[in-house]
Amino acid sequence: MTVRIDVTAPDDPRGAHVVANAPLVGVTALTGCRVTRVHHVDGDVSAEQIAALCEQVLVDPVVDSSVVGGVTPAEGRVVEVALMPGATDPDARELERAARNLGLPDIRVVTARRYDLLGELSDADVATVTHRLLANDTIEIWTEGELPAEFAGAAEADVRVDLVPLEDLSDDELLRLSHDRVLSLDLTEMRAIQAHFAAERRHPRDAELETLAQTWSEHCVHKTFRAKIDLTHTAADGTVTYSHHDGLLQALRAVTDELDPPWLRSAFVDDAGIVAFDDEFDIAFKVETHNHPSALEPFGGANTGVGGVVRDVIGVSARPIACTDVLCFGPADLPDARLPAGVLHPRRIRDGVVGGIGDYGNKLGLPTVNGAVLYDDGYTANPLVYCGALGILPHGSHPTEPQVGDRVVSLGGRVGRDGIHGATFSSAGMDASTVDHVGSAVQIGDPITEKGLIEVIERARDARLYHAITDCGAGGFSSSIGEMGEDLGVEVDLSVVPLKYPGLQPWEIWLSEAQERIVIAVPSAKLGELEALCDAWDVEVTDLGTFTDTKRLVVRYGATPVVDLPMGFLHEGIPRREMQAVWVDSPPKEIVPPAIDASHILRLLAHPNVASKEDIVRRYDHEVRGGTVVRPYVGPEADGPADAAVLKPLGTSGTKAVVLSNGICPAVGRHDPFAMALLAMDEAVRNLVAVGGDPDQVAVLDNFCWGDPTKSDRLGSLVRAVQGCTEGARRYGMPFISGKDSLFNEFDGEAIPGTLLISALGLVPDLHCAIDSAGMAVGDDIWFVGRHQAALGGSLASEEFGLGATDVPEPLVDPLPRYRAVHAAIASDLVTAAHDCSDGGLAVALSEMAIAARQGVAIEVPTDGVDAATALINEAPGRLLLSARAADREAVSAILGEHGRRIGAVTGDGFVSLGAVVVLLDDAVLAFTKGVVS
Amino acid sequence: MSRPPVLIPHASGTNRDDEAAQAIRLAGGEPTIAHVNELRSGTVRIADYAAILLPGGFSYGDALGAGGRLALELRTWFAEELATAASAGKPMLGICNGFQVLVKAGLLPGPMGETRSVTLTENAEGRFECRWVTLSVEPACRSGWLGAIAGTTMRCPIAHGEGRLAVADGASAERLENGLVAFRYLADGARPTSRKPVAAAGAYPANPNGSVNDIAGICDEGGTIVGLMPHPEDHVLDWQRPSGPEGGLGLPLFEAFVAGAR
Repeated sequence: MTVRIDVTAPDDPRGAHVVANAPLVGVTALTGCRVTRVHHVDGDVSAEQIAALCEQVLVDPVVDSSVVGGVTPAEGRVVEVALMPGATDPDARELERAARNLGLPDIRVVTARRYDLLGELSDADVATVTHRLLANDTIEIWTEGELPAEFAGAAEADVRVDLVPLEDLSDDELLRLSHDRVLSLDLTEMRAIQAHFAAERRHPRDAELETLAQTWSEHCVHKTFRAKIDLTHTAADGTVTYSHHDGLLQALRAVTDELDPPWLRSAFVDDAGIVAFDDEFDIAFKVETHNHPSALEPFGGANTGVGGVVRDVIGVSARPIACTDVLCFGPADLPDARLPAGVLHPRRIRDGVVGGIGDYGNKLGLPTVNGAVLYDDGYTANPLVYCGALGILPHGSHPTEPQVGDRVVSLGGRVGRDGIHGATFSSAGMDASTVDHVGSAVQIGDPITEKGLIEVIERARDARLYHAITDCGAGGFSSSIGEMGEDLGVEVDLSVVPLKYPGLQPWEIWLSEAQERIVIAVPSAKLGELEALCDAWDVEVTDLGTFTDTKRLVVRYGATPVVDLPMGFLHEGIPRREMQAVWVDSPPKEIVPPAIDASHILRLLAHPNVASKEDIVRRYDHEVRGGTVVRPYVGPEADGPADAAVLKPLGTSGTKAVVLSNGICPAVGRHDPFAMALLAMDEAVRNLVAVGGDPDQVAVLDNFCWGDPTKSDRLGSLVRAVQGCTEGARRYGMPFISGKDSLFNEFDGEAIPGTLLISALGLVPDLHCAIDSAGMAVGDDIWFVGRHQAALGGSLASEEFGLGATDVPEPLVDPLPRYRAVHAAIASDLVTAAHDCSDGGLAVALSEMAIAARQGVAIEVPTDGVDAATALINEAPGRLLLSARAADREAVSAILGEHGRRIGAVTGDGFVSLGAVVVLLDDAVLAFTKGVVS
Repeated sequence: MSRPPVLIPHASGTNRDDEAAQAIRLAGGEPTIAHVNELRSGTVRIADYAAILLPGGFSYGDALGAGGRLALELRTWFAEELATAASAGKPMLGICNGFQVLVKAGLLPGPMGETRSVTLTENAEGRFECRWVTLSVEPACRSGWLGAIAGTTMRCPIAHGEGRLAVADGASAERLENGLVAFRYLADGARPTSRKPVAAAGAYPANPNGSVNDIAGICDEGGTIVGLMPHPEDHVLDWQRPSGPEGGLGLPLFEAFVAGAR
């Protein structure tokens, strides 16, 4: 028997949210929206037992009303939306568990949402509201009127292993096979596979082909970053240079090996990079991207993006302690007419992504403390979602060597058909039909299951219950188990894998990227202890098989062979690519900067890339774990932008704290990707130094999001950016410790701007000396560090005022002495506030400090030989504003030396005075916090 | 002086238990974090502890409404033990999700078993929000152990999506005003123009979630059980405070709690 239970809270704010957003999608007639939570309960339960479920669990007597056994009478046009059968549905699962708590017979539950839409609505209005605000076809089903309950998983187990003959296929047929099965392999690779099986005198099994495609995917093996590349580079002055690159990844690693600082623990070899924190603890850091999934299903894509990067940190035996996120979207006010078919509106993508990040990070109990949000036309069809995670582990506690005879043990979530082909899907471009082909690659996360993994792995690590660990990400078991067993050999049985529902074929179980799973190598003698631990923490644990000494990957389903591949071919058999790259830097162009007055500065402050992101940031918990020293927004009104996050990890002693910052400047990369890399690194460092970080112990992560690298111009800018990274690592003495590339960010042949995110991890020696941009007091001196440059290419002002500048600022050649001086002043407790000059230049930076502190300031603008306007708006690297007590003037001057100049003072009046240009502080606050220019 | 043992139950999805333990330790108590499974199996016994602190987080993912699933487990598995603890005068404190659990279990304002007239539901703004708030510890609150800090002001963060305290009717609100209101949101005193905190009077963001009468926390009729939405455990050390007025530490709350357990 199936009973429907409708629960409605009359003032559910989600209804108001729909009404508020309707005009933005062109529906003005919607006057009200009532939201109802629908539960279909299937089982042998009595009316009394249903009543008990309602009273004890479902219905809040203070705010809810309910209808049991029927359907809520329609109040307007009714739309019902449900997750596709089989998708993760925590409400359904918890209601099933609640029934068990109450001693009821076992029930099965599916849930839905019902919307009663009020107002004089046309059919077109209802369709628009449904498609744009209520439902996403990628993961949901919906109907106007009542949606019948659909329970998943009536299917029988399907133990079918198909053979895929390759022997007689022509080149065209090989390529068609690659495309039809979403293998994303090119002809050379398909031929290598064909040759391998021809030599073995047999047909490949479906799972073998899929395993090779996953392991050889761009996502997993970084084909482009390992390729041999010939670059033809034309500089801005017309000089042409030819160069050969024997692996971009190898180049990044080489510079890390060359720098090899004593505090470096592990770089590039594992799921995350690791550096020393103090004598007792190390810190792990990783930043991932989840772009393609977020374009299709923003909430789920970002949600699982956070889940994935947190598992990377768990995968080096660390306890996750913080998250970061950097997001790039199309313009929030993009007119519908400019939205390509098959693309979600940037506003919807943003809301979904932000919701997904908050949901996962908040529920894991991790503070999301550092990030950025950029808006640009180039990201409309391909949003970028960079998710980072920080973790802590006792020094030397991360085991990395599985032993022959160890058990292959899987922990965490169950396997479903969700998330199949994620790795290969992300290794191809997208178009309007992408949703139809790869809907299965998108899923919704389950943070509570992942939280269980965090608790169990920390305890298992401390009890030394495992010899090796890796997270189950792209490629699922095929990739994680295949990698762990690379040096030994492994044999597993898929028939014991716990499934969300029956009916999966063996290759689907093997490939599924179902979330929240970790694989560990457990000595047989420790298995009992591990199982008891998992039991206590409600974490599912499964013994899948054993590590062998055969150097083969052997997968069975019961007695049926599924995969039998030599590890050598799987991991080394991929042919190395040879690629051609071309890049032409923008030639210089004469421009005339406008005369800058207060209204220009207000426009820059109100620009979406500068204006406050509080609406987003406050949806993330940035306080949990009690270690946040410098938060995203600072000052008496907690609305001034901070430069970087400072965290004191819970459980550590002493005064050391961690600092996290980032740098990103894709607008520069359009003209000169080499400079972009150096300028992004500079931005990350000066942000880090501005809060008290030590410039002599900084590790960085690279994240490259680019277009299709098989097109020579995309590859050309990528190679130039990597050259900038290696050069920057040397100039700043900062090793790269981990990285990630997400290529093929193209829609209908249009690529995103090549976008490099630099994430920096450093230390504040004494958290009591950490400062923010708001700490200045009336009478303090204002100091300026660094020098202006005339180049305006890639600057916010060039974009906002339509200058068309192409000439980008010169990167710093010897940056460290300057940053050491600033750090020394801050560490000596001489600096009351600091803020870096970046987007919008000195004018925006000084205004932001004044807003943060709610104090007037007055300076004489140093010109460094540039014109008055350019001095206010240029974005040359290496510049900071500091405030310091007037009484400390001599001491500050002595420490800053040639690097700093005293340019003004904190006045305490209501003005931001930049020489002759005067901005009302109240106007600046309004522009920055509300995006309103009065 | 002895350190009273304080039980911090953990359910799947609980977090801020580590910070709660740190606060208890700093306040002179001896915290033990125990999974609900351990309480159920009897490995850890509620009766062995002098006080109980239900921490924040998202127990069971807050599926079906924040705290509801853990509340059901408390009612079905531990009702008797909790009643015994309350009648023995052992202090009980619920923070954020822990507060939601105590309310939904019917322990706050109580008594358990009656139809609930108070709840915690979706923030008026309709979304999760994290920001620092200022709180009064209400002088008229009848909680005995909280009396030690009555009349003081605390600053600490909120981080919740379902923190709006709502009541069934006017009579329920009136009942709370009769000594059961433990904490109220105050308009922040950080501005140079308004150094002294004043009533939030329902205005966002000082009252961050639209709670009726600015109520941030309540106690039960007996005064031993106290709950609040904000997180004083995230402000037990001076450096945890953002720039702004000095003081307002949450530590005295935990000291009062531990003292009440002696």
